[in-house]
Amino acid sequence: MLGYIDKIRQISKGLIEDKKVDMIIGFKKGTMPMMNEPCLVKSPKDVEKLVWDSNCGINLANYLTDRKERIGIIAKGCDSRNIVTHIIENKIKREQLVIIGVPCTGMIDKHRLTSMFEGEIEQVTEQNGNITIKGEDFEEILKKNDVLQQNCSVCIHRNPVVYDELVSDLVEEQDVDRYEDVRKIEAMPSEKKWNYFDDLLSTCIRCYACRNACPLCYCPTCFVDESRPQWVGKSDDSIDIRTFHFLRAYHCAGRCTDCGACERACPVGINMRMFTRKLEKDCFEQYGWEAGLSLDERPPLDTYKPEDPDDFIK
Amino acid sequence: MEHMGIEPGRIHFSWVSSAESTKFVQVVNEVTEAVKALGPNNHFITKEAKVA
Ligand code: SF4
Ligand code: SF4
Repeated sequence: MLGYIDKIRQISKGLIEDKKVDMIIGFKKGTMPMMNEPCLVKSPKDVEKLVWDSNCGINLANYLTDRKERIGIIAKGCDSRNIVTHIIENKIKREQLVIIGVPCTGMIDKHRLTSMFEGEIEQVTEQNGNITIKGEDFEEILKKNDVLQQNCSVCIHRNPVVYDELVSDLVEEQDVDRYEDVRKIEAMPSEKKWNYFDDLLSTCIRCYACRNACPLCYCPTCFVDESRPQWVGKSDDSIDIRTFHFLRAYHCAGRCTDCGACERACPVGINMRMFTRKLEKDCFEQYGWEAGLSLDERPPLDTYKPEDPDDFIK
Repeated sequence: MEHMGIEPGRIHFSWVSSAESTKFVQVVNEVTEAVKALGPNNHFITKEAKVA
């Protein structure tokens, strides 16, 4: 994936110089290892700032909401699906966008790497599918495929679903069992499920980074911030935390692309995708729906079809 | 809701037209029975706010 950057810069530069777009939304190098930052590039000379490697896990569709400019956006598989969702939900117009598609081979899991080493990781570099991790008194080489973000390791849409430009040949899609972990929870008795999620959320500090990182969460005032009326308790009591999390998940039902931006953003490493993944699995199994694959199809939650499952209604 | 640990049988969905009074009564009875059988809900109880 490292080789992509020249092509990304070249396409971006062309688009800005030819005045086809007002800005490019891409990534620049972050101040910390494994944390590339989103950036907006408006002039040809700034194109050099753009980077691409396996630390571009943030979902750039998040930066499109209600923008009026013409935008070139760099999109891996999941970003492209969230761009589609944005278009379907009238948050941006297709005509405003030039989508620079990036076939993706997965992003590395910074939470996992951080927890693998005692000392602070100072530098992370990659080459030929290997990742070299350096700290003050250690250095180790790992296979990138062994340290992928969990959502990337079960991703079946690595190639962008819509694009105007493509920076490389398409990559081979994975043939994986996407829902093994969800089935494990489904098989638990109720009490165990409750405890599993209690445990999962026990360290949540309600910073809302997961919500902010998610391209689906664009309401002007989020239900958790609303105070008239106040929908949900604002304390760090476990019930309030859980209410926040399951309502957030419900708001993503039929829309979540499992991009993993939420998990990546969490400062305490909570695997909150375990909520959205269940909804995603249900959508797939009951409605044959995967979010963001097509501009021409309405999501299952805003259409009615006679064959929709209804056996839960008595 | 059941996925995160609410017992099956505590949550019910039904569609009752305003003309279906008998169905309404029947549904209410069924729901009450099912929920009584499960006993009190021990989840979603907020204890008094902790004061540090
Ligand atoms: S809920 Fe998480 S995985 Fe789903 S679209 Fe939002 S950020 Fe991505
Ligand atoms: S990002 Fe993590 S700690 Fe913050 S609200 Fe979300 S789950 Fe909780």
